[in-house]
Amino acid sequence: MIKLTINKKPYQVEVDPDTPLLWVLRDALGLVGTKYGCGVAQCGACVVHLNGEAVRSCVTKVSRAAGQKVVTIEGLAAKADHPVQKAWLELDVAQCGYCQSGQIMAAAVLLKENKNPTDADIDAAMAGNICRCGTYLRIREAIHLAAEMQRKGSNG
Amino acid sequence: MSRRTFLKTSALAGGGLMISFTWLSAFSPAEAKSDPALPGNWVEINGYIKITPDGTIKILNPNPEFGQNVMTSLPMIIAEELDADWQRVVVEMGPHDSVKLGPQFTGGSNSVRMYWKPLREAGAAARQMLREAAAQTWGVPLEEVTTTSGVLYHVKSGKSGAYGSFASKASGIPLPKEVKLKEAKDFKVVGSSKKNVEGRKIVTGGPLFGLDYQQPGMLIAMIEHPPAFGMKLKSFDASEALRMPGITDVFTQKLYENGFEQGGFDTRTFNDLLVVVGKTTWEVMQARKKLKALWEPAGDTKDTMGGRGQKREVIVPGELESTDAQLRKMQEYAAKPAQQLRKDGDPETAFKNAAQVIERTYNAPFLAHNCMEPMNFFAHVTEEKALLVGPLQAPGWTEPTLAKILNLPPDKIEIRMTRMGGGFGRRAYGHYLTEAALISRKVKAPVKLVYTREDDMTYGIYRPMYTATYRAALDKDKKLVAFHVKGGGIPEHPIHANRFPAGAVDNYLAEGWQIPSNITIGAFRAPRSNFNAAAEQSFLDELAEAMGKDPIDLRLELLKRAKENPVGKNNEYDADRYAGILKLVQEKSGWNKAENKKYSRGVAAYFCHNSYAAHVVDMVMKDGQPYVERVFSAIDCGIVINPDAATNMVQGAVVDGIGNAFYGGLTHKNGAAEQTNFHNYRIIRMHEAPKKVEVHFVQNDIDPTGLGEPPFPPVFGAVANALYKSVGKRFYQQPFSPQLNNSSIL
Ligand code: FES
Ligand code: FES
Repeated sequence: MIKLTINKKPYQVEVDPDTPLLWVLRDALGLVGTKYGCGVAQCGACVVHLNGEAVRSCVTKVSRAAGQKVVTIEGLAAKADHPVQKAWLELDVAQCGYCQSGQIMAAAVLLKENKNPTDADIDAAMAGNICRCGTYLRIREAIHLAAEMQRKGSNG
Repeated sequence: MSRRTFLKTSALAGGGLMISFTWLSAFSPAEAKSDPALPGNWVEINGYIKITPDGTIKILNPNPEFGQNVMTSLPMIIAEELDADWQRVVVEMGPHDSVKLGPQFTGGSNSVRMYWKPLREAGAAARQMLREAAAQTWGVPLEEVTTTSGVLYHVKSGKSGAYGSFASKASGIPLPKEVKLKEAKDFKVVGSSKKNVEGRKIVTGGPLFGLDYQQPGMLIAMIEHPPAFGMKLKSFDASEALRMPGITDVFTQKLYENGFEQGGFDTRTFNDLLVVVGKTTWEVMQARKKLKALWEPAGDTKDTMGGRGQKREVIVPGELESTDAQLRKMQEYAAKPAQQLRKDGDPETAFKNAAQVIERTYNAPFLAHNCMEPMNFFAHVTEEKALLVGPLQAPGWTEPTLAKILNLPPDKIEIRMTRMGGGFGRRAYGHYLTEAALISRKVKAPVKLVYTREDDMTYGIYRPMYTATYRAALDKDKKLVAFHVKGGGIPEHPIHANRFPAGAVDNYLAEGWQIPSNITIGAFRAPRSNFNAAAEQSFLDELAEAMGKDPIDLRLELLKRAKENPVGKNNEYDADRYAGILKLVQEKSGWNKAENKKYSRGVAAYFCHNSYAAHVVDMVMKDGQPYVERVFSAIDCGIVINPDAATNMVQGAVVDGIGNAFYGGLTHKNGAAEQTNFHNYRIIRMHEAPKKVEVHFVQNDIDPTGLGEPPFPPVFGAVANALYKSVGKRFYQQPFSPQLNNSSIL
């Protein structure tokens, strides 16, 4: 039995401790916002926050998350009002949308650590997240916009 | 104003266009009211439109969404003619119902094009029925009832009322025989940017995609494929796999029985499936590793094709193919006589008498679609009925196959379309639905079939491997007198014989040849065009240089010729619209401005899927590598429904084009794909994407045509031409990136 805290809620799951957190979230807990894209830490579709840091849940064993604080896209903000989410909606970033939960979770960590990222900072922080639809220009723009919203304290 | 635009405008000048229905009559309002599936107070006006008494308007989107924005833009078309208040519109994905909702396929850049008229009619008919209901209630003539944003008015008497209060009465009014459509100048919703109706669900991680679909008691299935094209299962031992936790079943399953007549979109990689079923995804992944399977060469096999009304047998060669051998074979075939696809004038003599002949050969590898969401589908099949839920582009193409294979009538097969995590053509091939359905029937349980990324990449329905040799003959004044293209591919050739520069050159020859293969291929974002544009547009650039002309000027001169005095028949493109995008991109990019000389600039333009796209690519050196920093795009796709989303899609197509031009490619060794996941199949990433892609649409009121595909093909050529300026070398093999380091995957 593994005890998890996800989006501030306690969970208990009976799974092999080697199971990647990704599949525990998706299959056991029905939290399907975290996506499977490659399973080998190459695409970033599965990014969640583990104690505030961006991790790839497809290569993070669930045992590593036991007793730690996990945040998924579903729990990023109570009312979908995280500046990153707001900026994403404002600029209508998504095309198919499949990669975007991972992009948003990666961007949220970037903005927590760097209040005013440059293009080069964004390049470095987001290089691990593939968007097959090619929405990179808007992701970049949305991160700048979210940074601005955050600076103005309008994270609602 | 071009002649076509003018004709169009004058036809509309009488105040809207009267249309008579051909399709909407399939729907009878009386039947709809008795539809038990309709919840409480929704009143169905027609197949697409439901209204609540409080005035919320629900619009059903007929076509599957894979990122091209149809979930928003198609309902916008209905809302326009309905004169609805967009703020009160909610959109829902429609069921698969070709009687009420039309052809329902996403592909060929066709969604908006094929639904433009029917959706306008659906909206206009509903509006007219609401006006009629108000006229009857108020006892006033129909002509005096007007609408604005979801409200009906009778100005003379000062009466007004929201759509919601007349919905019930309107639903009982007979369908009008004809309706008046708006003039383009009166559009309020169409042409104004609207936000993605699923945007909020996307940013909050709501279940949207096929892979997200779950049901109580659902099992997970995966297929263990042969290790290479040309191989088949010899025997297997599943005892260890079956002992793994969560595993419920391991078995073999034939997809198509011998002699099954495959339709054009029944393409599948392998027919004999080794299936592992278990409780969770991870458990099934682990159990697969414990399978002991022996594989053997399949030898030549036979497929029975039923498409286009004639049954025929096709031999699929059994060879275990490798990329280097494929290339050698392509060179052999290229030297042999080929099928003539078009000939104008006397190209042979013109080439013989030429003062100068330029000849160049271009090659490109197989491409995997790599949709961000791997292939998957949910199925629950019983003796009586089948429920299928998941991502696919064309339910109507797979349903007949399912009906035959499951031996169920089509009305017992329900296909629900989820949002797709990308498609790019891959999900037009619904074999994975059929696989899921057969597995569910066998295990007698709801099942979700999941492809891993490796399955998805190595058992694909790929963009074919292509080559083309272009030749141009110049006379002593450096005038272009003859043009020849000979293209081939594994297993199909890429040539579009009636496209530019056909029609612009007196002596013209197009030829094609193909080499059969067991590697499965299919549509990939702008099929064939995605290679042709790369090769032809690079060749034209080199030709312009040889002729001492500016590359845009050369194209414009050829287009002028094609317009004023076209050569041959069946030229597919409109020379005016083609020239229009070139002039637009010339202007917007400041093509001739000195301040842009600091960039290595490449230009390309192409026509496909009834639309026109041109790009100017500006390259700089970044960290010692050529980098596309900004792009200017000019697009003519007629009326643009949702401009901001359309811009997003063009930007995406540009990024996709740059990515595939630099990095895209799948190679084979003894039948096995050499790229298996994103660590060795390189996809463009954030730092490689341009900083700016400025998109300009030609403003006209021509009925809308495709946009998902047309901006993609010319990117390759524009990148190649910019690379030449940047590093002083022409690039003939895709992808370009390895060659920057003097290597090549081809
Ligand atoms: S699914 Fe985890 S990085 Fe791709
Ligand atoms: S929006 Fe489709 S993969 Fe990013």
